[in-house]
Amino acid sequence: MTDNCFHCGLPVSETVDFPVRYRDKTEATCCAGCQAVAQTIIDSGLSEYYAHRTQGARQAEALPTDILQQIRLYDSEELQKSFVHQREENSREAALILEGITCAACVWLNEQHIRQLPGVLSVDINYTSHRARVCWDNTRIKLSQILEAVSAIGYRAHPYDAERQEALAQKQRKQAISRLWAAGLSMMQVMMYAVPVYLAPDGDIDPDFLWLLHWASLILTLPVMLYSAVPFYQNTWRDLKTGRVGMDTPVTIGIFTAFFASLWALINKIPHGVYFDSVSMFVFLLLGGRYLEGIARRKAGEATESLVKLIPAFAHRAANWPDSRATEEATVTMLNPGDVILVKPGETIPGDGVVLDGNSAANEALISGESRPIGKTTGDTVIAGSVNTSSPLYIQISQTGQQTRLAGIVRLLDKALAEKPRLAVAADRFASWFVALLLLAAAGSYIAWHFIDPARALWIMVAVLVVSCPCALSLATPAALTAATGHLAGLGLLTTRGHALETLARVGDVVFDKTGTLTHGDMRLREQMQLGQLTEAQSLAIAAALEQASEHPLAQAIRLAAAALPCPASTRLDSIAGKGVQGEVDGETWRLGSPEFINQWLTVPMTLPANWHADCTLVVLANRQAAQAAFAIGDTVRADAADMVQQLQQRGINVHLLSGDGASAVQSLADSLGIADWHARATPEDKLAFVGQLQQEGKRVLMVGDGINDAPVLARADVSLAMGGGTDVARASGDMVLMGDQLALIPQALALSKKALGIIRQNLWWAAGYNLLALPLAISGHLTPWLASLGMAASSLIVVSNALRLVKRKS
Amino acid sequence: MESLYLLIPLSIVLAFVIAVVFWWATRSGQFDDMEGPAHRILMDDDRPAEDKAAKASDEH
Repeated sequence: MTDNCFHCGLPVSETVDFPVRYRDKTEATCCAGCQAVAQTIIDSGLSEYYAHRTQGARQAEALPTDILQQIRLYDSEELQKSFVHQREENSREAALILEGITCAACVWLNEQHIRQLPGVLSVDINYTSHRARVCWDNTRIKLSQILEAVSAIGYRAHPYDAERQEALAQKQRKQAISRLWAAGLSMMQVMMYAVPVYLAPDGDIDPDFLWLLHWASLILTLPVMLYSAVPFYQNTWRDLKTGRVGMDTPVTIGIFTAFFASLWALINKIPHGVYFDSVSMFVFLLLGGRYLEGIARRKAGEATESLVKLIPAFAHRAANWPDSRATEEATVTMLNPGDVILVKPGETIPGDGVVLDGNSAANEALISGESRPIGKTTGDTVIAGSVNTSSPLYIQISQTGQQTRLAGIVRLLDKALAEKPRLAVAADRFASWFVALLLLAAAGSYIAWHFIDPARALWIMVAVLVVSCPCALSLATPAALTAATGHLAGLGLLTTRGHALETLARVGDVVFDKTGTLTHGDMRLREQMQLGQLTEAQSLAIAAALEQASEHPLAQAIRLAAAALPCPASTRLDSIAGKGVQGEVDGETWRLGSPEFINQWLTVPMTLPANWHADCTLVVLANRQAAQAAFAIGDTVRADAADMVQQLQQRGINVHLLSGDGASAVQSLADSLGIADWHARATPEDKLAFVGQLQQEGKRVLMVGDGINDAPVLARADVSLAMGGGTDVARASGDMVLMGDQLALIPQALALSKKALGIIRQNLWWAAGYNLLALPLAISGHLTPWLASLGMAASSLIVVSNALRLVKRKS
Repeated sequence: MESLYLLIPLSIVLAFVIAVVFWWATRSGQFDDMEGPAHRILMDDDRPAEDKAAKASDEH
């Protein structure tokens, strides 16, 4: 027997027994769900998965019946219209998102398992995006059966509307790759014709061959002019229409002048006037830089996708309201304003609406920033994406889909993502001045040389335009920022706003929120004290049985602690609001609740040690005779918090702790982490004032919070970092989002941002120095266009490879 | 040297052929997933075939 679950790797309690046979050995699993999944995998001959995988799987849960019922809805023709693509008469194709994929072995397992199903024609899973493309024969297998098969091996598959969401992005990306390929191919080939011409002494190449080489260059440059460079023309045209001089204006002018001058030289047989190689090399290098930038943008955009997934796919519709309360499963896309739905406790509300019946609370952290659930009763409005916490609600829908407030927030986030970094904006502004000066210089040198030596005037102008193109300048900042952003995203730190990285490099003070940031932010069982004869496991199991039906945070903490224990059956559960719960377990009456609630019931009151977990909530379990156990439930510190604080302090950064909690809880945390400056009982106004004070002292502040109750102060700080793990919704409020809540990434991010800023500075100095050197040379006629374009290329390559030092190296 | 009259046009044709091949490759999704195939090749499985053979022999 192993100590950890064979399937998911979680610890296995000694009291449970869910064995599976794997390669002639008996292995232990932690629960019935994992056992069933492991058995399915082994039985279908895919046990190789366990040999190949590098990370444990997610803990598997048995599918509740209503989810199975929902999955079956996907078989309806009407619903399939939106995401299923009919290929031939019976073969259909759908895009699915797979949840739970952690490593390559998962991809392999899912592929093999789906492929084995009779009726499945093909399946193809994308490792990077976790999307599956499944093609099946509709007469032999239904879509719901495929989805069920995926859940049988412990993953979840959701249909994904690829047509609408991704088609456009996909098309643009493919077009960018094609343009880059065309330019690259043309550059290599044209260079092959150009090198002999440059290297051979004058007259060494027979004039006939020379012109043949030039004509060949022209043919191979045409695709670049007509296809690859089109985005530059479009941007220039857009800039011209708005009356500005943009980055792409000199590029377009440079390409056009160089191309048509070369064409003119070719037709008129002017030797040393053909520079098609410069054109294609120039276009290729610029397109390459843009392509790299696009990759990082897309990475950051994936954060929004998880917000969209907040809205559930299904709802329970009460079709005959108010005559009957019976509900049927319906998809959210089928809901119309005016429909009445039932939202059970723990479920997400699928649309904006008004409560018709029920008394509950909803967690609206997403929109209002309020972390506590807000009471909802008849007549109150509810918002899509918020979670119903305590009891069922009947809701009349007023808005769905794109009209909801959540959709509005997603649009905001999209906009923030499209924002350009401040540094890049500054570089652009600088570059547009540069461009204007450059165009003047080019025109000026043409006119000047027209009087000195008319034959050379055109070529000197081309050299001026090509040598100094501000691509090194415009490439310097985005390339470095892109590389650093990509590196961080790979580690698990998403940058959602452009300016975040550069501000991070200048940060001198870090302010932490307590709950949810340095601590886990949810209730966990910290310690258990036995007061009677029962063992720890027995009393915990009874407590969990009593809390079986409750959604209260304390109940969840107890259930979480008892997850591995077999739970006895409980009956006659009766919860007394604000006090506790009473019920029968194995024929005996038990109570679980606050010490006062228990003492009202017992003949001999019990007492707890005075200082036992003063910062926790205490819950006592008792039967008629005496109190049996006491549980201290409170927040626990994240494992990597102390190390992270120490690392920050070593870097000379001031660490502050701000919390709305009581002094004793905050002080004990600050002491254990070594934070000298802490403030307890801080209201949101206090927090704002504190950060404002620091800023007035001229300090740059990084605020780290869980994004829910800290929304205003996160907005006020110079740069903010939201924890992304607990609540997906928190992501909307931070400049950066810490996925997986790994605090250790914060010092790493600070170090990387410093390095990135250093590299940007080097790049800008290099670009400025190069231009200062090259421009006078070109104007004075010491550079031919081909030397100019080589100089430009070398300069761009130096800038890009300098930036690439920030890219994460694969170990 | 006269062979250049043939070779240079040939190289142009070749370049266009390569361009078409790349165009086809992007269109058909060869660059969509840059990581998956690298992992997949390591998990080339021959076990299911054995299992199937074993199952088939069991049935006899």
